[in-house]
Amino acid sequence: MKDFVESVLRGIGTGSVYALLGLGFVIIYKATRVISFAQPAFMLAGAVLVTYLVGPLGFFLGLAAAAVLTGGLALGVERLAVRPMIGRPVFTVAIITLGIDIAVRVVVNAAIGLDVRQVGDPWGLKVWKLPGGVQVEQRHVAMVLTTAVLIALLFVFFRYTRTGLAMRAASYDQEAALAQGVSVGAVFALSWALAGALAAVAGTFAAVGGSVSESLWLIALTALPVIILGGLDSLPGAVIGGLAVGTVQELTATYQGSLPWLGGNISVVTPYVVMFLVLLVRPYGLFGTREVERV
Amino acid sequence: MRNRPLLRTSYNQELALLDTTSKKVAVGILLAVGVALPWLVEDQLLQLIGLACVTAIGAIGLNIVTGYAGQVSLGHAFFLAIGAYTAAAIAGDPDARTIGFGVREILIWLPAAGVVAALAGVLVAPLATRLRGLYLAIVTLGLVFIGGHVINEWSSLTGGPGIGRQPPAPTLLGYDLNTGDAFLTRDQKLYLLMLVLLVIAALAARNLARSRVGRAFTAIRDRDIAAGVMGVNLARYKTIAFGVSSFYAGCAGALLYVGIGYFDPTTFNLLLSVQYIAMILIGGAGTVSGAVLGAFLITLLPRLIREVPSFLPFISNSPAESPNAYQLETVLYGVLIIVFLIFEPRGLFGIWIRLRNYWKAWPFSY
Repeated sequence: MKDFVESVLRGIGTGSVYALLGLGFVIIYKATRVISFAQPAFMLAGAVLVTYLVGPLGFFLGLAAAAVLTGGLALGVERLAVRPMIGRPVFTVAIITLGIDIAVRVVVNAAIGLDVRQVGDPWGLKVWKLPGGVQVEQRHVAMVLTTAVLIALLFVFFRYTRTGLAMRAASYDQEAALAQGVSVGAVFALSWALAGALAAVAGTFAAVGGSVSESLWLIALTALPVIILGGLDSLPGAVIGGLAVGTVQELTATYQGSLPWLGGNISVVTPYVVMFLVLLVRPYGLFGTREVERV
Repeated sequence: MRNRPLLRTSYNQELALLDTTSKKVAVGILLAVGVALPWLVEDQLLQLIGLACVTAIGAIGLNIVTGYAGQVSLGHAFFLAIGAYTAAAIAGDPDARTIGFGVREILIWLPAAGVVAALAGVLVAPLATRLRGLYLAIVTLGLVFIGGHVINEWSSLTGGPGIGRQPPAPTLLGYDLNTGDAFLTRDQKLYLLMLVLLVIAALAARNLARSRVGRAFTAIRDRDIAAGVMGVNLARYKTIAFGVSSFYAGCAGALLYVGIGYFDPTTFNLLLSVQYIAMILIGGAGTVSGAVLGAFLITLLPRLIREVPSFLPFISNSPAESPNAYQLETVLYGVLIIVFLIFEPRGLFGIWIRLRNYWKAWPFSY
């Protein structure tokens, strides 16, 4: 029972990182109808920036600065490589983002170099003891709180600001939004910047308690089953999908010892297995809107 | 008549594979160079070109499902792996550490690898017929991860990560292709084998593309609803596309590591899939010659880049320093994909078409 509770708590912690990543994917998808495979690179870039900025600025300021810088990077990438592709098939744009991911990731990996780089967070691997002997890691609590705050901010932004309204309008119908005076180009740029900043925060929290390494981008790929699970165009879906995948993954990691024939690292691929199972039943994910085709 | 190459007087001329004299001459020269190559270049380079031929078979396969039928697949590495391990298991040494049945005849293990991979493709197809566009891309990406887990863990078949196993050693009707003899060295034999297989595969794909099935693929790619309305059975043709594509991938996977003589389960990862996507996009999606061009470019790219440090001294050839040639290679994959998609969506094949049209009308620009 103690194991179970602890792994669920851990799962919610890592799941909230997935949720942040998933939100980035969904924001870009809603604005541009494209899945940005560049998110892993931005996530890694954010985490690496934090390792450089944490010295002069401290962790929290450094994190904020890294988020802003990564957002700026994403903005630049969108302007250079994605904007010229408006009107082209979405698959083409998705493959371009794959190219961006490869190119940016090499540069970032070169910045990691051969040293062990740490994000210098205040939590490390410290734990709080709850009644019943259950231990919860402080970093997981911090992840959940940060994610909750960011989700609340995003909600307020999309619900109550003019820009948020413009973004919702543009995602609903680009031409109608244009006709009402919404700058759809600015919406594209802003969605990429937001997604980049979210990826930077997620990347930093994914590296908390460990070190920043090239393999961090695999975590960002886990966000792909998350958004497919939740539905590509559903923000709540990304959050719920993220928490669900995180929990399932941690539970498998805890109990995989009892199923040795599945192999040692089965928890790494469980998100994909869950995705397959859900898609067999619901082809548009749990909360995604069914595509209506007009001929 | 002779001076009017585009004038056709019969349906046979209209349908001919090589419809102009210049195409016949060009293909003839290419084939002659291809056959003569073993006596023109050294064995090491020959091995690389043989690898490029096999890679081209795999790229043609991906082009069938992604370029012709428009179903985005990031799962090509998965099908390559199935082919590679089927062939390695059938042809493997029965006494070795890894599974092997000792049937070294290429006429048995090569089709078997293709068929097993094709069956896997047909099994995946029901998912593909339910999903469209990017959903499908991510699901096929999931296949690579799940497949990668299975082959990493199944070490009695694959040797396990970091150890690997031997690829099949080909024997053609009792004639050993895996060792050199008085006439031909090992690399020359393998190269000729792969060249012949590439020609067969390319011809088959080209003929498939201009048949009823190929036209159905193109219709699905261009507008699947319209294709369905016209009476194209979507589920059936998507299944065929995945099956044929996986057959090619299985055959390519079986041969991919024959030249090198060793392969490791961690090779079949997402990067491999992306490389194949890069090949068909850089070469030109929806054309057989484009896929071949792209495969040759991407396979020979590492070799070309190894020459770069002698021109640009700040780029190092040692992996410990940065920037080094390996980083440059990876960046170039990404940049090439981006540049081609933005500036020349039809790829190398499109560049060729433009060049051809320019010279056709020369000295008039229109």
